[in-house]
Amino acid sequence: MKGPLASGAILLVGIFVFIKFLLPLVTAPLPASLIYLYMALAFSGIMLYGTMSASSLESLMGPVFRFLSGEGQSGTGKMARLAVLVLFPLLVGWQTYTSLAPSDLPPGENRTIHPAPPGEFVGLANPYQNNQANINMGKGLYAAYCSPCHGANYDGKGPAAKGFNPPPANFADPGTIAQLQESYLFWRIKKGGVGLPVEAMPWKSAMPRWEAELPDEFIWKIIMGEYDGAHQSPRTWEEDD
Amino acid sequence: MKSANHIRQSNVKNFLEKMPTLFKWLSFLSVLLLPVIALAAGAETKAMSVEYRDVPGIGSRNLVWIVAQQHLLLAGFVLGVPIFGWVCEIVGWKTKEARYDKLAKEFTKLLTSAYATTALFGGILLFLLIGLYPKLMAYLTEMFFPSFLVYCLLFLAETATLYMYWYGWDYMQGNKKAFHLFLGFLLNLFAIGIMIVPNSWATFQASPVVVGDGDAWTRAWMAMQNPTWWPVNIHRLIANVVLGGFIVGAYAGIRYLLAVSREEREHYDWMGYVGNFIGVFGMLPLPFAGYWLMREVYQYNQQMGITLMGGFLAWLFILQAMLIGVLFLGANYYFWMGITYRIPGSENSYKKPIMAMLVVLLLCLGVWMTPHTLVASLAEAQKMGGTHHPLLGVFGVMSAKMTVANIMILVTFMSFIMYWRAGKQETAGWAKAAKAIMNGLLAIAAIAVIVLGVWGYFVPAIIRINYFSVAQVLIVGFIMVTFTPLTALLLKSAKTTTEMVWGKMPIRAGYCLVLNAVMVILLMSLMGYARSSSRVHWHIYGVMRDTSEYAFSPALGYAAAFMSLNTFVYCLLVAFIFWVATLGDKAKAQQVKAEMSGVPGGPPVMAGGAPSSGEQIESGIVENHK
Repeated sequence: MKGPLASGAILLVGIFVFIKFLLPLVTAPLPASLIYLYMALAFSGIMLYGTMSASSLESLMGPVFRFLSGEGQSGTGKMARLAVLVLFPLLVGWQTYTSLAPSDLPPGENRTIHPAPPGEFVGLANPYQNNQANINMGKGLYAAYCSPCHGANYDGKGPAAKGFNPPPANFADPGTIAQLQESYLFWRIKKGGVGLPVEAMPWKSAMPRWEAELPDEFIWKIIMGEYDGAHQSPRTWEEDD
Repeated sequence: MKSANHIRQSNVKNFLEKMPTLFKWLSFLSVLLLPVIALAAGAETKAMSVEYRDVPGIGSRNLVWIVAQQHLLLAGFVLGVPIFGWVCEIVGWKTKEARYDKLAKEFTKLLTSAYATTALFGGILLFLLIGLYPKLMAYLTEMFFPSFLVYCLLFLAETATLYMYWYGWDYMQGNKKAFHLFLGFLLNLFAIGIMIVPNSWATFQASPVVVGDGDAWTRAWMAMQNPTWWPVNIHRLIANVVLGGFIVGAYAGIRYLLAVSREEREHYDWMGYVGNFIGVFGMLPLPFAGYWLMREVYQYNQQMGITLMGGFLAWLFILQAMLIGVLFLGANYYFWMGITYRIPGSENSYKKPIMAMLVVLLLCLGVWMTPHTLVASLAEAQKMGGTHHPLLGVFGVMSAKMTVANIMILVTFMSFIMYWRAGKQETAGWAKAAKAIMNGLLAIAAIAVIVLGVWGYFVPAIIRINYFSVAQVLIVGFIMVTFTPLTALLLKSAKTTTEMVWGKMPIRAGYCLVLNAVMVILLMSLMGYARSSSRVHWHIYGVMRDTSEYAFSPALGYAAAFMSLNTFVYCLLVAFIFWVATLGDKAKAQQVKAEMSGVPGGPPVMAGGAPSSGEQIESGIVENHK
């Protein structure tokens, strides 16, 4: 097999094999939604490149058109064309059926990890001074109350973490607390999973409602300790904040 | 007291005795009618206290949604086209090339047809808002009434200027051209005014400010100066140019597909190129303007910022990435096809750079489209350890998005530079050195943008936002600002190796232009919904709560269906407007045809048709007849 059509097909298969089978060897498998997205991109790229000029269009699509039109075909070629014309609609039908058929599997989750905080928590500032004594106290409180789940290294890998799905947040990840203001963390710690708003469905969080056990002072200091321990900074709008 | 009462009673008795009989009857009737008067007064009071009215079936919110979106899209076109139409006219005036003047006139012809429809939808929207949301409108009127008057004046001035600009086109040629250009300037000035005044009303709803004491004008001015007013003004101004450019491109694309003569094909191929160029030109700074707007939103209110970027509306930004991606790919694809089809024999020379650019664009798009929180089944989420992928999750944050957006802009700009230089050979002695410097700068810029993007993960958010992101934008801007004049200088002395041939583009090029226009309409509908929905259950954020039965955010699927409906309706409207606009040309073409075949007269020319824009079509027909 030669030519742009074959190259395109091989490239598509190669990309699929890479993201579906090779990538999971070094990291977690990708969900089907992401694989679909990347494959659609790769297919679009091949089509765009293949139709850039009259000659490339002919090289890419010419064999396809000739095969489907059945011009001058006989024997195996004719049978192959018939097989494609029968099997392709069946494949589309099967795909449609499987995507629409009732299933006992739960639907794919579209979880909102960072829902908007209630108005009363917006704009709150940490009332405690950001000094070493307060940070140390926060770290101590963190070790006592938070590290069993969120880990001593602030990486979401505490001894109890394996018991939760989804797992506890990894504060060392720049996509978590580094994206948020301190007031947001104060809300999440104080109100916990049960305090999540409607938009945060499916409300999957085992975070306790710490306001029942910890005073606000402890929560603010834990926040300081968390940021310091995870080597992250809270989102602010003023550099000297 | 008793005597006083007695006196009063006797006075009343005397008065009644002296009253004429008819008057007595009228008084009696009045007493009888008192309950009716009371009822009427009650009705008036009730009318004054009505907060909402509904429209059966479709619902008030949906109706306003459709009409407002149509008005905004039409207005975007009407305000965007004069900007580049005027620039095109200036280019024609300075270069003395008649085709630019003709093109500018054709742009303005589309503008005149769309103008009335825009005003019509504006009127419908106003009536609907007054009727369906009286409480909100009463509040806004109280706050902004002086600006309503300014808006009316601007509208009158814009209309009068547009009439003079369009109908005086042929009259104001030669030494009167300068005045015509001045009219074009005024047209744009008033158009910008017309855009920014209502923007203040809408942005006040999203980011209201505390309005202090003062007279009505002072208070209105204070309310206008809310935190998101100027970010929205700038964002909309650029977006209008993009919308106008791509719609003009789509118009040219369709006319190109329908063209029967060589001249027509050449003209509309060129017009399609100009439309695509304008769209791309506007698209390059647009992400930066959007970034500034979102930054202001976040800074104004954390809750609103998170609702948009991290909360339930965050998925809209993944859709936005897809649409922008298609737009970038479509615009570049059109440029690349332009090289291979318009410059014969150039295909092989540009294969490698085109492939490299395509791969970079796709990789960047892959990153931009990767959500922070993935849609995953229960089993997939368990394997990933949540809905956040341990490796690809890093693509989900702003540092990655900003980086790839900058790289895509850089690639698209280079795509245009490549198109510009195609078919020409630089002859200047310093050309080699200049090209080497440009290549070096480009490589350094790309590396710097990526390094800043990666570094952005390791610094506080405020440092990334205030310095790194700004530096990325400045680097890309620097490349654009230096490369454009340098390339122009290089090409000044360059010799043309292959002449550009217009009218040779394949039919998919026409469809590509239409696709780009549909994408930008869909994009604006999407972002219109996002901006409006970010207020959640507030008419005026934090000030006036929505207490209607529609005080909930529609599900994203439902909203997506409405965006598609709005896009479809707008496309139909634009198609109708353009069809009407070209009726005059058709009539003229028929007249020429009739004259050529010896039939005296011919059908009458439609009012509003371009006074002399049919020359090319006419010459095409002449050629066909030959």
